[in-house]
Amino acid sequence: MAIEVRIPTILRNYTGNAKVVEGSGDTLSELLSDLDSRHSGLRGRLVTEEGGLHRFVNVYVNDEDVRFLGALDTKLSDGDTVTILPAVAGGAFGFAAAAAILGNRL
Amino acid sequence: MARYDSLLDACGGTPLVGLPRLSPVVPEGAPPVRLWAKLEDRNPTGSVKDRAALFMVRAAEESGRLRPGDTILEPTSGNTGISLAMVAKLRGYRLVCVMPENVSTERVQLLRMYGAEIIFSPAAGGSNQAVATAKQISAEHPDWVMLFQYGNEANARAHYETTGPELLRDLPSVTHFVAGLGTTGTLMGTGRYLREKVEGIEIVAAEPRYGELVYGLRNIDEGYVPELYDATVLTRRFSVGTRDAVLRTRQLVEVEGLFVGFSTGAVLHAALAVAHEAVKAGRRADVAFVVADAGWKYLSTGAYGGTLSDAEEALEGQLWA
Repeated sequence: MAIEVRIPTILRNYTGNAKVVEGSGDTLSELLSDLDSRHSGLRGRLVTEEGGLHRFVNVYVNDEDVRFLGALDTKLSDGDTVTILPAVAGGAFGFAAAAAILGNRL
Repeated sequence: MARYDSLLDACGGTPLVGLPRLSPVVPEGAPPVRLWAKLEDRNPTGSVKDRAALFMVRAAEESGRLRPGDTILEPTSGNTGISLAMVAKLRGYRLVCVMPENVSTERVQLLRMYGAEIIFSPAAGGSNQAVATAKQISAEHPDWVMLFQYGNEANARAHYETTGPELLRDLPSVTHFVAGLGTTGTLMGTGRYLREKVEGIEIVAAEPRYGELVYGLRNIDEGYVPELYDATVLTRRFSVGTRDAVLRTRQLVEVEGLFVGFSTGAVLHAALAVAHEAVKAGRRADVAFVVADAGWKYLSTGAYGGTLSDAEEALEGQLWA
């Protein structure tokens, strides 16, 4: 079963710079374990030690956020596309800058 | 009533219009599935951000954080800056905006016209560069007031007190509310209000998925989740790529005569997804979505004409929402 996985720039050091890799699994958790067997360390960047998705990572199955679909238990099927993205607010610029200023003031 | 004492009083109260041509066709005898657009471009400066800007400035005045003649500093990639510039002008404040070089020229011209001062941050450095620039300015001017729309409760409250009640008044049968996810203020405020009043309502987020240049983060620990964001308010969240956003933006003007910015195209994409699901399930649906702004400010991108691939390329590396 092939599932296409899109890897963000900042995680491509785990995939030999590949933008897109393929994997398999009935759930997102299984898929990430499968990927980790070939791209060692990738799962650890996405899943915390407590077993949840990293706060600053968003994972989408066919463009829908998995946090609203069952998180790591989200069911997958052949032909699905999984997209991994860093969590950045829309208007990333404004937020990054604003957060920095607040941090600076505190 | 369509008469107001001043421009600030004319904020909100925007029309909700049906989209009969874009609403999916349902089988005979099946319950209707309808799309409705809340035209936030009909606000004083032409975007949904007028509501938040007005509420944030009023809240800062009431708490004494903002006094006559003060300078407001706001890092913004566009609409919030324009809204704040107008409110600041009418309420007697100076506004300084920090923004990246890669925003459309219309936004820059508008900001200057409203009297805002602009400090540019190099586009090439992505958000890391933005952080550095903002920190530097903040250190140099510790007395400037930052309203911080990403963590300012008055931003979400604007929508809890105005957008939500307006929607429910105009469409009591609403089943889905769809809006863009940026500061998250629109979704949090409107979403909370509608959840309190309408049983089973779906609150759906559409977030723009930009080109890689925009996600210029060094590692995954440097992500940002706005302080206003509360995932329990949402029921679903979609990521919409540039191509789909452009396609839907063009569809809106071609089919319904509605000329909108690209973020609204992304929102329509998500709205159509939930509408088609309702048709499939044979459920009635009244899907209301937010038109955050019109297309005028984005004409110079060239992305309204040519092929979809051309448009995608034109928007690559731009903050189109």
